[in-house]
Amino acid sequence: MSYQPTIAQLIHLADNALILGHRLSEWCGHGPALEQDIALSNIALDYVGAARNWYQLAATQINQLSDKSAFPLDVNGQATEDTLAYLRDAMDFKNFLLVELPNGDWAVTTLRLLLSASYQQLLLQQLSTSSHPDVAAIAAKSLKEVTYHVRWSEDWVKRLGDGTEESHQRLQASYNELWPFIGEFWENKLALPIDTVAMQAQWLNKINQVFEAAHLPQGILPTWHQTGGTEGIHTEHLGYILAEMQFLQRAYPNAEW
Amino acid sequence: MNTVIRIFRYGDYDAMQKAGGTTPLPNDGIKTAATAPEWPLWEVFVRSKQGLDHKHVGSLHAADAAMAIENARDVYTRRQEGVSIWVVESKYIHASNPDEADSFYEPASDKVYRHPTFYDLPEAIKHM
Repeated sequence: MSYQPTIAQLIHLADNALILGHRLSEWCGHGPALEQDIALSNIALDYVGAARNWYQLAATQINQLSDKSAFPLDVNGQATEDTLAYLRDAMDFKNFLLVELPNGDWAVTTLRLLLSASYQQLLLQQLSTSSHPDVAAIAAKSLKEVTYHVRWSEDWVKRLGDGTEESHQRLQASYNELWPFIGEFWENKLALPIDTVAMQAQWLNKINQVFEAAHLPQGILPTWHQTGGTEGIHTEHLGYILAEMQFLQRAYPNAEW
Repeated sequence: MNTVIRIFRYGDYDAMQKAGGTTPLPNDGIKTAATAPEWPLWEVFVRSKQGLDHKHVGSLHAADAAMAIENARDVYTRRQEGVSIWVVESKYIHASNPDEADSFYEPASDKVYRHPTFYDLPEAIKHM
């Protein structure tokens, strides 16, 4: 039987990409060096592009429903990538909590990108073999981008960990801050057709290799973790992100430039 | 009234803080031994998809070779400029002195006999 993605699953994939892309774009113009500024902006664009693809696929599915009232629609009564991104409120977003956390300093940003992108890499590897052609196509394209994100963020985590006293302390502090949020990756409450057990082992293996090079203690999966994102229960940070992101569209509906 | 316009570049604020706030900034053109350490400069060469040679496209700062290649990928291949990147630390590039251009290059201009065009090729290899 071929895989038929649910709308909730597609929205989850899209929201993860959109919110992470938005967070990374906040670094634009504030990077520590010109090249890093451009790198993060490129990475943010990659994620926003991936979000567009997933939202478009979700919108197509929504528009085939007989009753679309659960979703925001445009003037023609159709769901579009824009209505899904700009007209939903925080409780309708299904992204992981990790991606909505504030950027903090360079260490928090690069470590968060590493944790998230290495999960995405494994997820997309599995989805790119899916029997649903659209899902497989989007996953394959995003996989190439995410492979670079893993490489870039991994290099930075190693440099910070292996660098000066201050950079190592900052990296350790960001690990303490972010680690409680990675447990959410493995819940799979939306029942995506992926093998989370295998993914978890590979992910932890990869992350611990990087930690060893960065002189951080090896990470072990926490017995308790922060959760709720995929069910719409978010941290207060998402509210601020959406306020900034959605203000224009909501204040001037259907505005164009 | 003397006003000085300061141009601030990346890294200046940190160095200024370390130096106590009023001393000249490292990038003011006054290079002293006590400036904040600057990443080395690298020259970037990119080969396009249909090209045969790597062309010089610019330079960037990076801490080491791996970072230089990643930065070059982010800065100089954003718009599909190429498929291959070489990076070389600028200090390893040695250039000829433009003041010597006359003695270096002028003498070759009137030695037309150095061009391989003064003999007839036999019929058999006319299309060599």
